[in-house]
Amino acid sequence: MAETTASIARPVTGKAVDLKYQPGFSIVAWTCLVVLYAPIAVLVLFSFNENRSVALWTRFSLDWYYKAWNNEGIQNAAITSLEVAIVAMIASTIMATMAALVTTRTPPYRGLNLAVTIINQPLMVPEIVTAVATLTFFALIKQATGVTGIGYLMLAHTVFCIPFAYMPIRARLEDMDLSLEQAAADLYAPPLKVFRRITLPLLTPGIMAGAMLAFIVSLDDVIITLFVGGPGETTLPIYILGQIRRGVTPEVNAVSTVFLGFSVIFVTLIFLFGKNKK
Amino acid sequence: MSAKTHKAAIDVRNTSKIYGKSRDDGVIALDHVSLLIRDNEFFTLLGPSGCGKTTLLRLIAGFEQPTQGEILLFDHHLEGLPPYKRPVNTVFQHYALFPHMTVTDNIAFGLEMLGKPEAEIKTTVKEVLALVQMEHLANRKTSEISGGQQQRVALARALAPRPKVLLLDEPLSALDFKLRKEMQLELKRLQLDTGITFVFVTHDQEEALTMSDRVAVMNAGKILQVGSPKDIYDHPARRFVADFIGDINILGAEILSSDQGVARIRLASGFQTNASLPEQSEALSGSVSIGVRPEQLEFIDDKASAALDCTIRRITYFGSGSHYELETSAGESITLRQQNRLGNNRSFDVGDQVNIALNEGSLQVLSD
Amino acid sequence: MTNATNQENPKNQLSASVVAAEKQASRTRAFLLAPGVLTILLIGILPLSIVLTYSFMVPGDYGGVKAEFSIDAYVQLVFEEDIFDETMSFTSSYLQIFGRSLALAIFATVASLLVGFPTAYFIATRTPETRAAWLFMITIPFWTNLLIRTYAMLLILRDEGAINLGLMKLGLIEKAIPMLYTNFAVGLGLIYAFLPFMILPIYASLEKLDLRLVEAGFDLYANRFKVLKRIIIPIAKPGIAAGCILVFIPSLGAFITPELLGGGKSLMIGNLIYILFGSSRNWPFGSAIALILMALVLVSLLIYVRRSGEKGASTHG
Repeated sequence: MAETTASIARPVTGKAVDLKYQPGFSIVAWTCLVVLYAPIAVLVLFSFNENRSVALWTRFSLDWYYKAWNNEGIQNAAITSLEVAIVAMIASTIMATMAALVTTRTPPYRGLNLAVTIINQPLMVPEIVTAVATLTFFALIKQATGVTGIGYLMLAHTVFCIPFAYMPIRARLEDMDLSLEQAAADLYAPPLKVFRRITLPLLTPGIMAGAMLAFIVSLDDVIITLFVGGPGETTLPIYILGQIRRGVTPEVNAVSTVFLGFSVIFVTLIFLFGKNKK
Repeated sequence: MSAKTHKAAIDVRNTSKIYGKSRDDGVIALDHVSLLIRDNEFFTLLGPSGCGKTTLLRLIAGFEQPTQGEILLFDHHLEGLPPYKRPVNTVFQHYALFPHMTVTDNIAFGLEMLGKPEAEIKTTVKEVLALVQMEHLANRKTSEISGGQQQRVALARALAPRPKVLLLDEPLSALDFKLRKEMQLELKRLQLDTGITFVFVTHDQEEALTMSDRVAVMNAGKILQVGSPKDIYDHPARRFVADFIGDINILGAEILSSDQGVARIRLASGFQTNASLPEQSEALSGSVSIGVRPEQLEFIDDKASAALDCTIRRITYFGSGSHYELETSAGESITLRQQNRLGNNRSFDVGDQVNIALNEGSLQVLSD
Repeated sequence: MTNATNQENPKNQLSASVVAAEKQASRTRAFLLAPGVLTILLIGILPLSIVLTYSFMVPGDYGGVKAEFSIDAYVQLVFEEDIFDETMSFTSSYLQIFGRSLALAIFATVASLLVGFPTAYFIATRTPETRAAWLFMITIPFWTNLLIRTYAMLLILRDEGAINLGLMKLGLIEKAIPMLYTNFAVGLGLIYAFLPFMILPIYASLEKLDLRLVEAGFDLYANRFKVLKRIIIPIAKPGIAAGCILVFIPSLGAFITPELLGGGKSLMIGNLIYILFGSSRNWPFGSAIALILMALVLVSLLIYVRRSGEKGASTHG
């Protein structure tokens, strides 16, 4: 062979070599995208289907949405979900903000790493183990004190929401130049004023993102709520789970679609808030 | 100099700052530093990165507390006081302007925190804006103005509360050359006009010499020498100081005798002359290093009265002057700098043997 | 003019006011940390020790536990007692569940990797605007409710579901293929659930890929496949490792996916725990299973940390 090995390895055509190309990868990527959305698309589509089947399309109808809207079970579940999520969001965001303020942009001190590990602990344990642990703990307390109520569920939600609220707040803090707060102190602002006038306004986008993240995570939760929630403490996902167990109904499709839509809007908002604002 | 008093604005007493657990395994940022800064003085802390100058500034400002020692502001102890309780203000290296506030709000901030009445704040802000020539940008957001303008706003913000001492942490380092030169003159004028003590931190020795009343040269957490720019330049006491400020030639010599600040020395070439001794040094004797500035060397024809007999190794012409790199008979490398005045020039070539005279008053004995 | 001589300062200690300032800072720190840390300590970490204790106890008569020490829970994993003659015989049913969970988790991880790597690579090699759009699209399902997404998958896979009806309409099959309630369905569901967790870390690693390295590879006689194998994949290793652990661990402890898609035949650890705390009312046994799951997770994490630690050392060497 007169050719050198070099010219065999390189394409012989006159086209420039596309460094990025790898055979088959784009097909996989597009297929992936389609497959990721296909089931959701089917769900959404058929929630507008007049008849009950998920494969036979008769005609467009909002019937199931009306039915779902007027369904008392769904209404109660939605309200319960919102109650728990709002409480969990507020409590976890406040605690996460406080913790973030003293675990970020600080020279190392004794217990710093331990504190951060503890804050992130809920993310490290499988959810079902947390659910079991929380259930047994609360059962013990209920036995000992006789106190019941939805507070337990709210508490459980708050706990796993803390690390989710913590992450964006911490990220935003790290981006903030410490010298701003030093300048404020240099200009006679005592610590509380520094926080109110400088830190807080600049931290707000991060706090918003953290709060929203905590809210959606609480809203979406299934496993912990399943174990820890008592009768009358049915959240929307639990209600949906119950319905699914009984068989597929189009009302469930409608509720699910609404839930999905809500999540998408929320996530988009979080995404926008999380972007670096000058 | 008549307006300047000799009151001590800042008195740093035997202060150290150690990061970490102890002297042995921590970082010693400041090592038993003592310093007196006078009222109404433009005082510069000069040194390379890591020498401790910024640490010292931060200790005065209150962002850090000393591990040991005391810092007094007009005889009041500052240790333990947080920054918002100290009547000193800082101009930060990267300005630290509050991005969510306008120029006016930034400047008014300190006064607001001090609880000054609104009317007073308004007038003061106006005055200060005029002082730094930024009235036209009063309502802009700080993100919308240029670097040089931000620097002025940072200055105005720190001056507005009329602090006793103004601390400046390398404020000109982010500016381009021309702007930098302008601001150096500006700052000098501001200090003279306001009478506030300026404590200026920089690693640029030319900047320090241009602006300061006095300079403290620092290295590795210690203060090596304090004096006026002229003192530091003409009479460096330590080798580091001589080397850090301007260029210096180091020659080896022997001390034959010393008396009242002057030593009789003999160079390696055998030539004997006098050199100044650094103040309060322990009696130096034997072999020492002698420092002499390149511009204090001269070509002469008379070999007998020449201090050194050298060979030219390289000639660099830079327009207004020339730079000669020479090698002495003892093998030492020195440089001679000369202005290219007409009549000054002899035509030299690389490899020529030349006779060099030393300006006697310019020789310094350097410790370590 | 030289500086004042170093005064002999009798006070070589910290001055009292400095000490006080530092004490105050510590107190503020503790105050701000306390709520979050204590809450998690109390409600997140402390209960785990209760679970540990319960696993060494005996089921209570009406649910819960009886405070008697026993290792029955752990014994029950592999042995069961014959009701009639009280002999112990080996039972593999629980081990099967563990085995299935491990197998499914590995399956999900490997399949996600095979699909996720090309996808991440594709995204990383698009223009910045296209990239942002792709990432947004991939991330959305990630944040929507897992239950609903799994339900959507169920709709597709069931006998009356989209796939089967579609195939029948096309005349390709006569009877519905039962896809639901099989191990396969669960595996598919796990991939569907956690695929974004694989894509995003690999993308993060590949984003930093300098295409000039690819150029250099071509220059040195490597073909596309070799460049992929010897240059691109090693650079993506940290992302691949992170992606694997982010898919493996949740898959191991999955509950919703096997619950919806597995039926009673494809039990995973999660379902078992649910049953034991629910209808079966055997809290000690459930606790033991939960603890073993935690142990498996910790072991996987340790392996991951060890490996990425070593790799980190070598790539930064």
